[in-house]
Amino acid sequence: MTIEVRQLRKNFGSFAALDGVDLKVADGELLALLGPSGSGKTTLLRIVAGLDWPDAGEVNFDGENALIRGAGERQVGFVFQHYALFRHMSVFENVAFGLRVQPRRVRKSEAAIRARVKELLDLVQLDWLADRYPSQLSGGQRQRIALARALAIEPRILLLDEPFGALDAKVRKELRQWLRSLHEQIHMTSIFVTHDQEEALEVANRVVVMDKGKIEQMGTPDDVYDNPASAFVHGFIGESIELAVDVAGGEVRLGVASLPLTAQGLASGPSRLFVRRHDMQVGPAGSGALQGSVTRVRSFGPVQRAEVLIGSARHAIEIDAPRDQELRPGDVVGLNPRRYRIFAAS
Amino acid sequence: MDRNPSPRPSPDGRGSRAVLAAANSPRSEPRVVRIAIIAVAIAFLSIFVVLPLVVVFAQAFAGGIAAYLAALTDPEALSAIRLTLLVAAISVGLNLVFGVIAAWAIAKFDFVGKTFLISLIDLPFSVSPVISGLVFVLLFGAQGFFGPFLVKHNIQVLFAAPGIALATLFVTFPFVARALIPLMQEQGTQEEEAAISLGASGLQTFFRVTLPNVKWGLLYGVLLCNARAMGEFGAVSVVSGHIRGLTNTMPLLVEILYNEYQFVASFAVASLLAMLALITLIAKTVLERRLDERDVP
Repeated sequence: MTIEVRQLRKNFGSFAALDGVDLKVADGELLALLGPSGSGKTTLLRIVAGLDWPDAGEVNFDGENALIRGAGERQVGFVFQHYALFRHMSVFENVAFGLRVQPRRVRKSEAAIRARVKELLDLVQLDWLADRYPSQLSGGQRQRIALARALAIEPRILLLDEPFGALDAKVRKELRQWLRSLHEQIHMTSIFVTHDQEEALEVANRVVVMDKGKIEQMGTPDDVYDNPASAFVHGFIGESIELAVDVAGGEVRLGVASLPLTAQGLASGPSRLFVRRHDMQVGPAGSGALQGSVTRVRSFGPVQRAEVLIGSARHAIEIDAPRDQELRPGDVVGLNPRRYRIFAAS
Repeated sequence: MDRNPSPRPSPDGRGSRAVLAAANSPRSEPRVVRIAIIAVAIAFLSIFVVLPLVVVFAQAFAGGIAAYLAALTDPEALSAIRLTLLVAAISVGLNLVFGVIAAWAIAKFDFVGKTFLISLIDLPFSVSPVISGLVFVLLFGAQGFFGPFLVKHNIQVLFAAPGIALATLFVTFPFVARALIPLMQEQGTQEEEAAISLGASGLQTFFRVTLPNVKWGLLYGVLLCNARAMGEFGAVSVVSGHIRGLTNTMPLLVEILYNEYQFVASFAVASLLAMLALITLIAKTVLERRLDERDVP
């Protein structure tokens, strides 16, 4: 099923949680809404689910207005960050809930309900937990049960609010891959909200980056990573080195020094230079576009990370260099950005 | 042995660590002090709680079991017991409904005047029960606000069961709501949202999710509400009119009998109230244990 959101607005008091959002989700897509907290991503998800109502705008499912329907009529599977399992019901009854509350005329028989619950517990590989209570499960197990419960009503779309936010790093990684393969298996139009860029880039077909109630960029994970559309996206996704520079007549300046970089068509004014950390080549003094002096070196794993002071303003940045490259505090190094982006400072 | 609690190493270096640890632990008061504190607490409880309870039962059975049973099967006593049970049933039943609704509204929704409503719920706790009774006299008495209407339609509220039920209802209103509000607030609205998105109606959500989640707290509130409803004296005394065999509840009857020097009868009825208190106490302890170990997913 397709989802279309048009000019969605939502205010909480004077705070604009959503400030005119347009979004189309294709059938069978697994879309990530990525942004810092307060960016409006959860509000958007809750409005699509029918748990919140917009002040203005449209939400259409397959071209039909969804806003005239309540949450229960939208056939939306919703997975909450903190699971929201029914604490007084067994795992089995949690999953069966959506089937048991159906109106009598469409409700399945007890045998059919049991079969369906069994099937779902098999799908999430937790059939052996059917008689347990939520408090007896681990976080990862609870989240999978929450997913099985959401799928029980045969939803047309699946919405997940920070599904792995409350889990520890290892479990999170496992569940990520598991969600990815589950989506390939059931192919349901899905949106999940996350503030974890790695999660978004790894799991989703398409990533929507949000900030301050607006969509900053939409695209495939590669697209968003390689061609950030704004300073915010560049800074938020991936690890970037950022420098405040000035653009003057097509020339890029750091303080008074002119840098051998192109202004990328930017108009004159204060600007921000972004370089991915792995795109910054460290060479001997005099080479590259930037000169700096090393103040501190730490090594971990295959790389060493150095703090370098750049320009007359001695702006501190962190760079990565291979372990075998000799770097010591006090060294002067040349830095060459292999790829870089310049955005106007807002 | 050096009893100085400073953690410096002792000269002999052997066996001193345990002594130091004991001296440094928060429960390091000398034995004498501990015993004295416990003794004071026990003495106080014995004089002010246990002794009166014993006296009630001793007095009740002072004339033997036959006298005790005779006192309780006296028509006036039976009528008082009946009225008390009736009033308690009405007020607990209605407060159960109102309390749940009020707690539900306060805990799960945001609206203007919520803080005011919370303070208002506590009002019956903060005014003297006598005042509560007088309010109903002013409202339903012959010269009261609804007086003319009631007289015209020949409805008896004051000096009758309805007045007693109303006064009790008012006095016991906060118990259920008070027990539920913190519990419901702590549980939040996510489970309800989950239920709604799974297609449950408002009523299904309430009866299948909200209510089961607060059942122990609800029972706790009902228990306290019931104990107060049966034991209420002040407010009921004002609106009852003390008509013998008609509008006396058990606490009122206890006072009347006592004033008439019928000690055995008076304490026999009082012993029933004391037993109610004991049962309430035990049930309350059990419920508090259930509330403590309730599951938080």
